[in-house]
Amino acid sequence: MTVATTSAKAKGKAATSGRRTTRGAYLYLVPAFLVMGVITLYPLLYQVWMSFTDYGIQNLRAGSPAPAFVGIQNYVDVLASQLAIPNFNFVRLILYNIWWALSNVAIHVVLGVAIALLMHVKGLWFKRFYRALFILPVVIPPIIVATVWKNMYDPDYGAINQLLALLGGWFGISADVFQIDWLRQIEDPIPFIPLPLAFFAMLVTNTWLGWPLNAVVATGALQSIPNELYEAAEIDGAGPWQRFKTVTLTYLRPAMLPYAIYGFVITFNLFYLAYFMSAGGPFGRTELLVTQAYRLVNDQRLYGVGASFAVIMFFILLVITLATNRMARATRSYEDL
Amino acid sequence: MTATGASALRTRSRFSRPSMRRSRRGKPSLLRQALLQACAIGLLFTVMFPIIWVFSLSLDPLNRSRPDGLNLIPTNATLEAYRQVLEQPTNNPISFFGLALNSLKIAIGSSIISVGIGVTAAYAFSRLHFRGREVLMLAILGVLMLPAVATLTPLFVLLNQVQVDLPLVGEFNLRNSLLGVGLAIISGLLPFAIWNLKGYLDTIPHDLEEAAAVDGATGNQTFLRIILPLAVPALAVTAFLGFVSGWTEFYFSWMFLTKVEDETLAMALYSMQGQFTNTPWSLFSAFAILFAIPPAVVYFLAQRYITSGLAVGAVKG
Repeated sequence: MTVATTSAKAKGKAATSGRRTTRGAYLYLVPAFLVMGVITLYPLLYQVWMSFTDYGIQNLRAGSPAPAFVGIQNYVDVLASQLAIPNFNFVRLILYNIWWALSNVAIHVVLGVAIALLMHVKGLWFKRFYRALFILPVVIPPIIVATVWKNMYDPDYGAINQLLALLGGWFGISADVFQIDWLRQIEDPIPFIPLPLAFFAMLVTNTWLGWPLNAVVATGALQSIPNELYEAAEIDGAGPWQRFKTVTLTYLRPAMLPYAIYGFVITFNLFYLAYFMSAGGPFGRTELLVTQAYRLVNDQRLYGVGASFAVIMFFILLVITLATNRMARATRSYEDL
Repeated sequence: MTATGASALRTRSRFSRPSMRRSRRGKPSLLRQALLQACAIGLLFTVMFPIIWVFSLSLDPLNRSRPDGLNLIPTNATLEAYRQVLEQPTNNPISFFGLALNSLKIAIGSSIISVGIGVTAAYAFSRLHFRGREVLMLAILGVLMLPAVATLTPLFVLLNQVQVDLPLVGEFNLRNSLLGVGLAIISGLLPFAIWNLKGYLDTIPHDLEEAAAVDGATGNQTFLRIILPLAVPALAVTAFLGFVSGWTEFYFSWMFLTKVEDETLAMALYSMQGQFTNTPWSLFSAFAILFAIPPAVVYFLAQRYITSGLAVGAVKG
């Protein structure tokens, strides 16, 4: 084959690149799909089969008998909270998990935007210094954040109680008041709100962890706003609040919304805090779907039930993903600004 | 090459229009500046407090099992905790470097493999046309949506079925090995690598490839000589994120591994902070700091690339 024909052929290919089907494409896909087929897709299908059996610890050993087929019994048990394990209530679990993700993301976004606005003030001293240090919570692995904060919430020697005692001392409050068992206290702190103290404690930790990235995204959006818009709004007689509403928020929304959705999914599945800090307590009330799934197989060794739980989780996440994608699409038109 | 890549990464961001010409308002008044500084310092305090607390705890002398108060530098400050942690952090006879080596094996192995085979698939999805492209990409997104815990049960059971009697090593159970944990991590990392790299490859202009095609480059040459070098920054970011998730991996290793010589850093950290153990807090803190430093330093230095990659990744979702 001569060089001329090759390049002519290539030219032709490039020209019609929109429609051509490349057989070589499959070669590029083979390694990834071989690996994914064996260690991702097959296990997921196997899990569906497992979810219809009573797979337990007795079926683990090589050569042990196959588990018995139990139909949809596992699903019924999970959905009706009929599992023989303590503190399992499926409805409460889902409601708490959704509330956990919603409340966290709302706080992260509002705080992130507020701090980005603060850091956006022209002429603020030490701006670069603050921005550099504010990113620190992001760079620490979450498993370490969770274990360190668990120590900080220790009722006797933890930093939080010591700090409160120090502050209380200035106002003459006895240090004995601050023996708060943040992560294990059984009574709800606010009588008419059915949320344990551990929820609020972890909310604080996750806020510490979550706002900096939101502030980074918001800062990027703020920097993209042309000053002319503010000037035009000012000429049109808009006050500071109106300028904020019509100009700043308009630009922030398309940037923050996809990020908020991403944050929602991440927080919904945030394993580390609920597992390491409260361990799901008190009475499993701060358990999330992911930590409950882990406990079912790691602690209880209920492999069949755990499989059905994971399948149910898949559908819950599917609904959430579809719903959030819809929301993202509804705001897509803003992105063309 | 790094510089080109860096600018390419930045152009992915929708926020990169440098339209600031001059400040809209003048400098804030002194009173306003003072108020703003008070807010910023308050924030800085909340951000730094846990970090300083752990740092000062790690300097606490070992003979006390609990801290006695809020001191930046405790009385009789010592680096003794670091020495002991490096030697043997938990009751298990394994040193910090032994633990770190296990975490390192898992992290490096899973991140290199997932990026290496992920990039060819990402190239196919981004540039080549083949039947079933949309369906396969959707399947990958579907898997990506699942948390790692979702594949825990079947992977445990399936890897546990791979038990062979090796001539030298003896009984080998794939589930109870670093290799098995690595495979479990790759199962979650690979879809992420494909999706993230595809997002980046989509932003590389087609002009270069067309020029290469005119010059007679084959598809493979285009991939190896044009696309791969341009994708180096994205490969590095994806590999780094994979490395961090392997370095701090907990659920699979905690459930799969039972042998002391396979223990990882994350497993040791969990057993050190358990409420029923009597690990002195200074040891725990020194361990947490040593554990966090490698990824934190890289993150901190390469922040600009990583956050822009992440933010855009989120937008693409």
